[in-house]
Amino acid sequence: MLKAVILIGGPQKGTRFRPLSFEVPKPLFPVAGVPMLQHHIEACSKLPNMKEILLIGFYQPNEELNRFLSCAQQDFKISIRYLQEYAALGTGGGIYHFRDQILSGGTEAFYVMNADVCSEFPLPEMLDFQKEHGDTYSFVIFGTTANRKQSLNYGCIVENEQTDEVLHYVEKPSTFVSDIINCGIYLFTPEIFQHIGTVFQKNQQDMLLEEQSNGWHRAEVIRLEQDIFTALAGQSKLYVYKTDRFWSQIKSAGSAIYASRLYLNQYHKTHPERLAVNEDGGPNIRGNVYIHPTANIDPTAVLGPNVSIGTGVTIGAGVRVRESIILHGATLQDHSCVLNSIVGWDSTIGKWSRVEGTPSDPNPNDPYAKIDSETLFRDGKLTPSITILGCNVNIPSEVIILNSIVLPHKDLNRSFKNQIIL
Amino acid sequence: MKALILVGGYGTRLRPLTLTVPKPMVEFCNKPILLHQVEALVKAGVKHVILAVSYMSELLEREMRAQEQRLGIKISLSHEKEPLGTAGPLALARELLTDSEEPFFVLNSDVICDFPFEDMLKFHLRHGREGTVVVTKVEEPSKYGVVVYEGDTGRIHRFVEKPQVFVSNKINAGMYIFSPAMLSRIQLRPTSIEKEIFPVMAEEGHLYAMELQGFWMDIGQPKDFLTGMCMYLQSVRQQAPDKLHTGPGFLGNVLVDPTAVIGKNCTIGPNVTIGAGVVLEDGVRIKRCTVLKGAHIRSHSWLESCIVGWSSSVGQWVRMENVTVLGEDVIVNDELYINGANVLPHKSITDSVPEPRIIM
Ligand SMILES: Nc1nc2c(ncn2[C@@H]2O[C@H](COP(=O)(O)OP(=O)(O)O)[C@@H](O)[C@H]2O)c(=O)[nH]1
Ligand SMILES: Nc1nc2c(ncn2[C@@H]2O[C@H](COP(=O)(O)OP(=O)(O)O)[C@@H](O)[C@H]2O)c(=O)[nH]1
Ligand SMILES: [Mg+2]
Ligand SMILES: [Mg+2]
Repeated sequence: MLKAVILIGGPQKGTRFRPLSFEVPKPLFPVAGVPMLQHHIEACSKLPNMKEILLIGFYQPNEELNRFLSCAQQDFKISIRYLQEYAALGTGGGIYHFRDQILSGGTEAFYVMNADVCSEFPLPEMLDFQKEHGDTYSFVIFGTTANRKQSLNYGCIVENEQTDEVLHYVEKPSTFVSDIINCGIYLFTPEIFQHIGTVFQKNQQDMLLEEQSNGWHRAEVIRLEQDIFTALAGQSKLYVYKTDRFWSQIKSAGSAIYASRLYLNQYHKTHPERLAVNEDGGPNIRGNVYIHPTANIDPTAVLGPNVSIGTGVTIGAGVRVRESIILHGATLQDHSCVLNSIVGWDSTIGKWSRVEGTPSDPNPNDPYAKIDSETLFRDGKLTPSITILGCNVNIPSEVIILNSIVLPHKDLNRSFKNQIIL
Repeated sequence: MKALILVGGYGTRLRPLTLTVPKPMVEFCNKPILLHQVEALVKAGVKHVILAVSYMSELLEREMRAQEQRLGIKISLSHEKEPLGTAGPLALARELLTDSEEPFFVLNSDVICDFPFEDMLKFHLRHGREGTVVVTKVEEPSKYGVVVYEGDTGRIHRFVEKPQVFVSNKINAGMYIFSPAMLSRIQLRPTSIEKEIFPVMAEEGHLYAMELQGFWMDIGQPKDFLTGMCMYLQSVRQQAPDKLHTGPGFLGNVLVDPTAVIGKNCTIGPNVTIGAGVVLEDGVRIKRCTVLKGAHIRSHSWLESCIVGWSSSVGQWVRMENVTVLGEDVIVNDELYINGANVLPHKSITDSVPEPRIIM
C-alpha cells in the first residue's frame, strides 16, 4: 500500500511569489487552469495502490485549502488530509513529526513531493526503478540534468553511473559538483524514519549541551536534503531515477507562466478536453489555451499560445492575450493586449491598454537549461520580468504597464515601466 | 512679384522621411510642405517662385514643372554648387530678382503659419526701407535668434542669438520681404543673412519687424512637425472646418484623405492626418499622428505622436508612441511596442523598441 506526502510549506515561504501569494496560498495558485497541487494529486491518484495523500505544511487551516481538499477528494476519489505543523519543521521534520499518520494502515512505501515543482510525475516508473535497484529498503530521488551554471541553485547528486546509486549529495553548492539535480520528488520506505530519527536524537543531544530552553522545537527542524541525503549518500541506500522529461520549479511568478506552458502541452495527452479549440462563434485560439467554461470571451479576441483564463473572466472585442494567466473575475476591455503577464483576480484593463512583461524562459538553445527564479533586483535595478497585476488592480484605457509589479487594490492613472507599484 | 524660398540641403533633421523624398515634398497635413508656401504666395500675387537648392533632385524638378502648370506661375530652381548659406543664394539669383523694381519675398522652407504675405507687402511699402522681417512670439526665446525692435514703429535695433538672459520673446520667423536695393549688400559666397547682413541693415535703420498673428512653427524636425500639425489643424478648424472629418469615432481635429479606408470601431483624433490610400483596419486607436500615403495600420493597434511613412505597414496590437517616425515602406510586426524609434526606410521590425533609438 502506498501513500503520498506533499510538502506545501507555509505563509512565510514563497516570498518570490509575491504579490500573488498574498491572496492565495502559493500551492493553490492556478497553473494551466488548476491549482498547482492538483497536478500532484492527479498523478498520485492514478497509482492503483495509492491509499491516501497527506499535505503537510504550516498554513493555518483556511477556507481555500478546505474547499480545495473537499473538491479534490470528490474528483479523485481518494482520501486527502491536511496535517499542520506547529512551526516550520523543514522538509524532513514535518514528515517525521507525522510519521504515525504516514505509516498507519501498513504503508509499504510513500512519495514525498515538493509542492512547488511541475513535472510529469513519473511515479510508477520510480516504483519500478526502486524494485530494480538495491534492495526493497532503498530510497529513490527523482533527478534530472541541469547545465553546469544553474546546477548550483539545486541539490546536486553524484551517482554511480552503472548502479545509479547516489555517491554524494550536496545542497546548493557554491562550486560545480554535478549536473544531476534533485527534482524534489522522492520515494521512501518506512525505514527513512530511522534515519531521520537518528538525526532527531542527535539534534536533541546537541540542544541539551547548548542548554537551550526551546530545544525540543529546534531538534525537530530537519532538512531532508542537508541532514538526511548528505548522510545517506554512498551507503547503498539512496538511488537516483533520472529522466529528461519536463520538469521545473515554480518559485517566481514568472515560472508559473512557464509551468503552465509545460502542463498545457501535456494536456494533449492527459486532458485534451481542457484545451480550447477554434470553433464558430468562439475566439481565435492559437496554440495551447485553457479557458474556464464560465469565462465570457468575445469571438473577435485572439488568445494563445500559453494562455490560461480563470472563472468568470470577461474578455472584450479585439483583445489579444499571449503567454499569460488571467485570474478569476478579471476584465480585459476591448482592444487591450496582455503579453507575458499575470492579471490578478478581479482586475480590470481598460480599452487599448497594453500590459506586457519580459519572459524569463530558459535558454531555448540549451536542452538542460532551467528557468531562472532570479531575484527581483540586479545592480540596484529591477530586472525585467513578467508583469504582475495583484488582486483588484485597475488599469485605465490606453496606457502601457511594462515589466512592472502592481500590488493589490491599486487604481493606476498613467503608464508605468520597470517599477514596483506599492 | 517674386519669391525666393531657401530650400537648402538634405533636410537631415527630418530623416528618415527625407531619405525618400526631398524635404519640400514631404506632405504636411496632406500637402507637400513647399506647396503650403507656394500656394499662399500665389494667392498674394506672386508669379515667379525661385527655389534656392544646394542639391539637385529630379523628383523636385518634375513636381515643380507640374505645379507651374497647375498654378499658372513660373518656378525656377537656383542650384548652388556649394551651400551658400541663407544670404548667398540671393546673390546667385540676383538677375532673376532684379528684373523689376518690385520688392520680393524670401522664406525659410519649413516654416508653417497663416502666411501674411499681403500684410508684409503693405507694411514694407509703408516704412519704405530695404527690409522687413516677420517676427513671432515664443515661450522659450533662448533657443532662437531674438529680435529687439521699437514697439510702435517696428524698427529693429539688434539681433541676439540664443540669449542667455531674457531680452525679448520675439524671434525671427524666417519670412522676409526685401527691396532689390538690398541685394547690393550680398556677395556670391557663403553668407549668413541673420549674422552678417541683418545686423548691418538694422544698424543703418533699414530693417523693420512685423509681428505675426496666429500660429507659427518650424517643422524641420519630427517633434515640431507634429506640434505644427496640431496648430495647423486648429487653424483649419477656425477657417475651413468643412475640411475636417467628423462623425462617430472621430475626436477633435482630424484630416482624412477621401481615398483612405477606415475600419469599424476605430477612435481617431484629436490631431490626426490620414493620407491618400491609407488603410486603418478595425479597432485602431490613433491620436496626434500623421499617416502618410499608402500606409496600412492593422487592427487594434494604438498610435500616439507618430509619423508613419509612405506605404509602411504596422501590425496588429502594436503600440507605437513618443515621436516614433517610420520611414518609407517599414514593416512593424504584430504585437510590438515601439517607443520613440526612428526607423530608416525598408526596414522590417521584429522586436519591440522599448527605449528611443534609431533603427538602421
Ligand atoms: N511542510 C513544510 N514544507 C516545507 C518546509 N520548508 C519547505 N517546505 C516545502 O518544501 C518544498 C521545498 O522547499 P525549500 O527546500 O524551502 O526550497 P528549495 O530548496 O528552494 O526548493 C516546497 O514545496 C516548500 O513549500 C517546512 O518547514 N514544512
Ligand atoms: N539654398 C540654401 N538654403 C539654405 C542653406 N542653408 C540653410 N538653408 C535654408 O535656409 C533656411 C534657414 O536655415 P537655417 O538658418 O540653417 O535654419 P534652420 O534650418 O531652421 O536651423 C532653411 O530653410 C534652410 O533649409 C544653403 O546653404 N543654401
Ligand atoms: Mg530545499
Ligand atoms: Mg529649418
